[in-house]
Amino acid sequence: MISRWIKSPFPKGVYYFSGNEAAAEGAIAAGCRFYAGYPITPSSEIMERMAVRLKEVGGIFIQMEDEIASISAIIGASWAGAKAMTATSGPGFSLMQESIGYAAFTETPCVIIDVQRAGPCTGQATRVGSGDIMQAKWGSHGDYQVIALSPWSVQEMYDLTLRGFNLSERYRVPTLVMSDEAIGHLRENLSIHSKVEIWDRKKKRGRPPFGTEEEGGVPPMPAFGEGERLLVTGSTHDAFGFRKTDDPEVHSRLVDRINQKILRNRTEITETEDYYLEDSERAMIAYGFTARTSLYVVHQLRKEGRKIGMLRLKTLWPFPEEAVTTLGKRVKKVIVPEMNLGQVAGEVKKFCACEVISLHQTNGEVIGPETIMEMLKKI
Amino acid sequence: MVRAMEKYIRTGVKATPFCPGCGHGILMNSILRALDELNMDMKKMLFVSGIGCAAWIPSPHFNGDTLHTLHGRALAFATGAKLYNPDLCVMVISGDGDLSSIGGNHLIHAARRNLDLKVVCANNMIYGMTGGQVASTTPKGFKSSTTGEGNPHRPFDLCKLVAAAGATYVARYSVTQPLALIQALKKAIRHVGFSFIEVLSPCPTQFGRRNLMDRPEEMIQDLLRRCISEEEAEGLAEKELSEKIITGEFEP
Repeated sequence: MISRWIKSPFPKGVYYFSGNEAAAEGAIAAGCRFYAGYPITPSSEIMERMAVRLKEVGGIFIQMEDEIASISAIIGASWAGAKAMTATSGPGFSLMQESIGYAAFTETPCVIIDVQRAGPCTGQATRVGSGDIMQAKWGSHGDYQVIALSPWSVQEMYDLTLRGFNLSERYRVPTLVMSDEAIGHLRENLSIHSKVEIWDRKKKRGRPPFGTEEEGGVPPMPAFGEGERLLVTGSTHDAFGFRKTDDPEVHSRLVDRINQKILRNRTEITETEDYYLEDSERAMIAYGFTARTSLYVVHQLRKEGRKIGMLRLKTLWPFPEEAVTTLGKRVKKVIVPEMNLGQVAGEVKKFCACEVISLHQTNGEVIGPETIMEMLKKI
Repeated sequence: MVRAMEKYIRTGVKATPFCPGCGHGILMNSILRALDELNMDMKKMLFVSGIGCAAWIPSPHFNGDTLHTLHGRALAFATGAKLYNPDLCVMVISGDGDLSSIGGNHLIHAARRNLDLKVVCANNMIYGMTGGQVASTTPKGFKSSTTGEGNPHRPFDLCKLVAAAGATYVARYSVTQPLALIQALKKAIRHVGFSFIEVLSPCPTQFGRRNLMDRPEEMIQDLLRRCISEEEAEGLAEKELSEKIITGEFEP
């Protein structure tokens, strides 16, 4: 399977965009031609832009009756052959979980953007948070994998939404773009290049759409109406889609494959960025908006001669175990600042041999550099 | 014996999973006969279903594209598929609990949009697959595993519900009226817009045995006695009418 380069549907140039607008443009560039959504702060601008842009590029837009209907509609559209997306925030993301499990189990490519706000519950609808990171991995019942990406800029709202579609098509897996209110509403420069790299799901007539010879492989995916007489079910199924709800072997083989096709390709999927890590004694591990503040703090401390660096996680799930493990061997202390009560810090502790300190804030505001400075002084 | 509808059955399917006396087999046959009489191309048919006994009517049995979805969500999945590929003839086949209780919100909104979906609601007035719990369609006073002294609440009139929400073809028939049912299915398939057919289908296993109709034929007899046309209903007193089920076409 290979990718192809296409002309960018949006003219090459530098634009002053919000994160939410950039995400919609990234989706259009990736080939998204179906969007179903439901209004929710702080993600609604994505839906509003998609309503306009899909009309311009000949796609389908529909505002559904709720978030469950929205994600269900994109799964239906994906099986009809569409690259499809929805966007939401915490409460809607909670409602979508059952269908995300359906997409994972039926290996349906689709993209969900979660512009996180301060939860739990209705919480602070217009304020920022990163409280959905663990839900992104474990929100639906049973053992499954998703891919979750974490943009830290308007540019990455575009880049990672585009990449999210490509990964989703390659691995036939629901892909989540875990943004937040601050990134979604931030305005800054967005560079759009003349060409974009696109991946499409592979098709092979007559091949089983739910099984492969190789362990952890990704089967081809035909669409409805192509004469393949597809049998798609969220119940345990064999390679051709027949329900096998009391066969232990079929169940364990299927569960194993939908997990292994992601975990075995972890190095291909995960992306991280290093800052000053060569000689660091202490390092921050950060993601999303908080990585911007953290990097600012690292720059300041470096000016004072402190040996501190930063590892930025661009991919949250599958977790970048290798990069975190390597860092844990190299430094004495790892500090994880985040806008929740330590969701990623807990994951980091699984893989870091050194001391891991969680710096958390859940007041609906971004973590400021002075707050991180203050916290660092205490440790 | 050559089975006339065999060409519409998926290769490898040997038998249906339905209980003795279940009406879903008659409904399955009626749907296939309607498709056959209209010469529908199974390669362009998409059958979408939710969760429950009725959701197994198309999946895996029907030899077209089938999408067996989550409980209550069949119409939302179908909406996405139909909008993206309008060339598909999309038929949603599911039960009363699936479509009107957990999926009630999707039902009224799909009817409101009047998107070209053919919805067949197999109404057995009970949650069959999960063991006979009361449904939003169980008539008042009838017993279920969660209403041992009789259902204290009124049931939905599904046809009135979807007609009020905007459905443009609405009919109700019982599996005891197969010829009229097949004609209605054909009309629904030809109709461009949201069509809804409520099909009364007996469930002796979960409904009948709790309501003094243990044997399949007792439930069939009961449906034959209770299902009347609108014309037949006209002269009846309110008390007589209360135990009847009015069948026929209500929209357009």
